[in-house]
Order: sequence, then structure tokens, then C-alpha cells
Amino acid sequence: MNDQATIPTFNSMKMLRAMVGISVICGVLIVSTYEATLPRIEKLRAEALKEAIFEVIPDIAIMKSYSYENGIFTMTESNSDNVIFAGYNEQELLVGLAIPARGQGYAGTISILYGYNPINQEVIGFGVLESKETPGLGDKIEKDQTFLANFSALDVSLDPSEKLLNHPVTTVKSGEKVNAWEIDGITGATISSRAIGVIINESVSSWAPIITENQTLFSNINNIKKSN
Amino acid sequence: MEASNNNIENYNSTEKQNDSSYGDEFIKGLWRENPVFVQVIGMCPVLAVSNTAVNALAMGVATAFVLLMSNILVSLLRNFIPKQVRIASYILIIATFVTLTDYAIQAISVDLHKSLGAFISLIVVNCLILSRSEAFASKNTVGKSIVDALGMGAGFILALFSLGAVRELLGSGSFFGFVLFPDAFQEWVIMILPAGGFFTLAAWLLIFNLIKQKRGLV
Repeated sequence: MNDQATIPTFNSMKMLRAMVGISVICGVLIVSTYEATLPRIEKLRAEALKEAIFEVIPDIAIMKSYSYENGIFTMTESNSDNVIFAGYNEQELLVGLAIPARGQGYAGTISILYGYNPINQEVIGFGVLESKETPGLGDKIEKDQTFLANFSALDVSLDPSEKLLNHPVTTVKSGEKVNAWEIDGITGATISSRAIGVIINESVSSWAPIITENQTLFSNINNIKKSN
Repeated sequence: MEASNNNIENYNSTEKQNDSSYGDEFIKGLWRENPVFVQVIGMCPVLAVSNTAVNALAMGVATAFVLLMSNILVSLLRNFIPKQVRIASYILIIATFVTLTDYAIQAISVDLHKSLGAFISLIVVNCLILSRSEAFASKNTVGKSIVDALGMGAGFILALFSLGAVRELLGSGSFFGFVLFPDAFQEWVIMILPAGGFFTLAAWLLIFNLIKQKRGLV
């Protein structure tokens, strides 16, 4: 207790003034920078997503976003959950749908986007939006050409009930792919490539029945506009 | 001012109200007291984001910018901040500039922001910046603090870039994304993994100390 006597009395007002003053300066700086950079950040993000969509659905000219809520697809501009993207060719005919999905990888969540062709019931393209997989090993899921070739025509057909997949999508060991619904894994990225199989399987299992049910809606670019 | 300085622990008496020239201050950060190769501080980003030359350079520039801006503000406010709340004030100032940098990088390139990831926010706790605020900017004029930040920042960029260039060259066989080696070159994957960061840092420290020894500085 005697030590306290040697501590000089604090000027609380001074401290308060300093902290509040600095906080105000910092607040103004942060808010103004946020406001100034927001339009450009949003534009860049939208561009990156659009680029990814054009990559996973080959040869498309027009892209539309649809959100799915309470069993109904509606056209949307926002990019929230439950939004999928439809790609149409120059004749305004459906080429495929781009569906975002996410799941647990080796190091954190992997966000992917894949192309789905509802007519042939195949996965026709695949791209990683975000991942923290190990550089040089796990991140081969983004670069390895042999692995990416799995997704040019991956069989995700539905059984006659149109509720379940004929065969679940499975990742097999590298070089052991026999069937059209299997993904050839990557040596050195076993967990990451398996995770991709799991993510696609889960996402397709839930989306494919819904999309098949609404297939006529997507088949022409003007259908969903009318249904609105 | 003098009274409050006396209460602050003597971090480094040579840096307290010093009279050295501006050029000297700059060389101090870049070479003589290089934050990475001599002081060995701020190791988290040095080891984590030096896997490619671009990442290393971007991280270095981001850190140097935060260092410069916070040094300026801390130096400007040095008579206004009571010593009891100085660390809290410095962290608040540093965190602000880190947030600004984060927005700026997002506005420059989504890909760059993605590859630097969480390490941008972690600049807040980079002890290089806090130590310069505490040991230098809070005791020196704005001019001196700017030169100090530029020197230390340049030293940090130099060190990060030295690591990033070597790691990318050996680990990916490229430099700034341009492939340099023929296909037959087998990349040393370990160089872009965390372990490679330690190996490269050790090699650079060895070289740096050899040079110093030869010049009779150690």
C-alpha cells in the first residue's frame, strides 16, 4: 500500500481527452477510406465472381443470377446465400448453371464454384474461389490439370425418383478412376482432393433435384423474368 | 515533455532525443539496425508471407506504410498523449492505418488480398511498428520520425524481398510469376512451405553476419 503513495496522481481528464481525441481522428480516417474504396472493392469482387462463372460454364455469352427461396427461383442482383448463376449462349439457350459451394478442407474452409449441366446431368467445370490449402501440396486442387480434367464431364445423374443421385460422387486414388462419377485424386493432396469430392457430392445432391424440377424455367433466358 | 520522458523506461538511450543526421537515421534502419537481419523482430509476416516475391514486396510496402503513418501521427501527438495510455493510443493509431491499408489492398487487387490474407490485419501486432512508436517517434520530431520510418520500412522491405525472391525462385521456379527454369527443374516444394522460410532466413542471417564480421563490425 505504501507503494501507491509514490505513484503520482493521474490526470484522468488528460487521459480521457487523449483517447477520445485519437479515437475520433481514427474513426474519421477509417470511415472516409471505407466509403472511398467500397465502390471499387465491390466492382472488383463482382468481376472476380463473373470471371469464375464464365470459366466453369464453357462458351457462354450471358449470365443471370437467381436466388432460391421457399421453393421459388427469382432473379436477383445481390450475391447472398442460395444464389446460383445460369449461363446462356448467344442464342439465349441454357448452357449450364454455376453453383457456389463450400466445405471443410485440410486447412479451413474451401469455397468452390462448379458448372452443372442439367440436361446431361453432369458437372462441366470447376474452380476454387477461396482456400487456405497448403501451398505446393493441397493447393494443387486449383492448378493440377489432370485433377481439373475430372470436371469436364463428371456424372451426377439422378435416379428415376429424381430425388437422389444414381451414384454419389467419390474421390478415388490417383490413376484409379474407372467410372464417370469418380474423381481422380491427387497424390500429395489426398485430403484436399477428397474434400472437393465431398463438397460437390453434398451440393449436387441438394441442388440437382431442385434444378431438375425447375428445368423448364431455366431452359430459356426469358422464362424466369416472366414468372416474376 | 522532459518530465514524462524520464518516467518512460529507458528503452534505448542512444535514440532518446538524438542529434544524429537524417542520412544516418535512414542507414540505421536499412542496414546497421535492420529490423529483420539485425534486430530479428516482426518475424511473423517475414516467415509467413515471403513465399513469393510479389507477396513479400506487397507485405513489406504495407508494413512500411503503416510504420510511416503511425510514426508521423505518434510524433505529432507526442506531447498530447499521457504516458499511462500511450501503448493503448499507439495500438489504436496503428490499427487504424492497418485497416486503411487493408481497404486499399482490396481496392488494388482481389488476388493480392487473398494471398496476403489474415497477415494484413496482423500488421497491428508487428512489434517493429510498436517499437518504433515507443522508442523513437514518441521522443523525436516529425521529420526525424519520418526518416526513421522510411529507413526501417526500407530495411523491412529489403529483408522480406530477399526472402521472397529466393523462396519463389527455388520453390516455384519463377520470379514475379515468370517461369525461369525449364520444365525439367524439380521445384523445392519445401521452400514455399513454412520450413523454407526458416531455412532462407537462416541463410540470409548467416550472410549478413559474415559481411559484418569481415568489416569488423561484430
